[in-house]
Amino acid sequence: MESFSNFFGPTWPLVWTLAKIVAIVLPIMGCVAYLTLAERKVIGFMQVRLGPNRVTFFGIRWLGGLAQPIADALKLLTKEIIIPSGANKVLFLMAPVLSLMPALAAWAVIPFDPELVLANVDAGLLYVMAITSMGVYGVIIAGWASNSKYAFLGCLRSAAQIVSYEIAMGFALVGVLMMSHSLNLVDIVKQQQGGLGALSWNFIPLFPMFIVYLISGVAETNRAPFDVAEGESEIVAGFHVEYSGMAFAVFFLAEYANMILVSTLTAVMFLGGWLSPVPFLPDGFPWLVAKVGFVLFLFLWFRATFPRYRYDQIMRLGWKVFIPVTLVWLMVIGGWMQTPYWPWK
Amino acid sequence: MNRIREFFGTFLLFELLKGMAITGRHLFHRKITVQFPDEKTPQSPRFRGLHALRRYPNGEERCIACKLCEAVCPALAITIESEARADGTRRTTRYDIDLTKCIFCGFCEESCPVDSIVETRIFEYHGERRGDLVYTKEMLLAIGDRYEEQIAKDRADDAAYR
Repeated sequence: MESFSNFFGPTWPLVWTLAKIVAIVLPIMGCVAYLTLAERKVIGFMQVRLGPNRVTFFGIRWLGGLAQPIADALKLLTKEIIIPSGANKVLFLMAPVLSLMPALAAWAVIPFDPELVLANVDAGLLYVMAITSMGVYGVIIAGWASNSKYAFLGCLRSAAQIVSYEIAMGFALVGVLMMSHSLNLVDIVKQQQGGLGALSWNFIPLFPMFIVYLISGVAETNRAPFDVAEGESEIVAGFHVEYSGMAFAVFFLAEYANMILVSTLTAVMFLGGWLSPVPFLPDGFPWLVAKVGFVLFLFLWFRATFPRYRYDQIMRLGWKVFIPVTLVWLMVIGGWMQTPYWPWK
Repeated sequence: MNRIREFFGTFLLFELLKGMAITGRHLFHRKITVQFPDEKTPQSPRFRGLHALRRYPNGEERCIACKLCEAVCPALAITIESEARADGTRRTTRYDIDLTKCIFCGFCEESCPVDSIVETRIFEYHGERRGDLVYTKEMLLAIGDRYEEQIAKDRADDAAYR
């Protein structure tokens, strides 16, 4: 380490930061690639199909399907990016970047481990909320810059939906704040470390909020059954209808990176992050991976099960169900914490 | 009372959980995918695939250029020209089937009085160039020669039901 810093001289902090960013972003990109394969496999299996199982490395049979994401990426890389006439070129090309950027930037404060966190800032939760809200700008700009009515409708829907669910999500997180008295994600996980293993995690006292957060997370990432922004059957592909090649691939990456991010946040805030569910096993990073995997599986399971919500149903669910539920549970939790019958202290 | 029960069924996500239970069970069901080039689904002897022109066992072509198939073809895919041969019999000089027009209805086979034009079980064929899918008399006879055994067997199997 010392010799490295000598070699790079005054540019060392920059190089070291870049190295840390790469160390986080590259594995995420790998996860994104294989999440797409997992999605196709899981949904295929739930539809009594096999899913992709043909693309292999060098024809090794038992690897069937494992090279599929790589083949897909190569295909998209070699395709032409078509810019529609009348589109705003700069914004059109900036939009995918703007939607991918927050999905990656938010990882700066995610704790993988008590020690392993890129920036252990005290306002971590606030940072995450702020950064993830930025993601909708990518969608809005894409819809606007495409100069297409379908894309525009898609982006309007997406904007309205994300704004609605952000509120419920925020309220759900207020519950987490009340439990942990901190905005620092490391502290939020540490506070969930009771003697009871899984029973002392936040999702038990905050169960309604956990459900609300999970469902809002699905809505925030524009995933089925809340994917009206894409709405293949009525507005073709929604906001990314005019995108092709790598520009489309970046939107695709952003959607899946967002899924992983929301799953990780759920795991950190409600499922005890890196904590072990049973007291006799050691805590550690693998537990976080398992929890994130579980939440991601739920995402895929939802997509395989539920038909798309109608637009007014989405709005009703967000405003008339989730916000009242979270508000009521905030009151209940607040009152309950003041009594001596509060078991999670 | 029913409305209250319905409300709680929806609000507590029971309905959604029931749906998820169904898809969750299907995750472990035996998959029904037929992995095509490696596995194939069974075919009926009546399968209507690529056409063939048959010959009699002595090598004489069956087709007598009656043009019934050309007349009955709903897609106008068959083109026939005929002439008298040296021995006085009427034979086709041209028998083209445009497979890009053909709808594989099997009427040509039904109408043929001498069982000359038949549809075989072959369905995996392709053309790489425009015109590759216009099959001429020679090509159709070649298919007939090559698959005569299968064609004859399928006709025999199905004869009882005709």
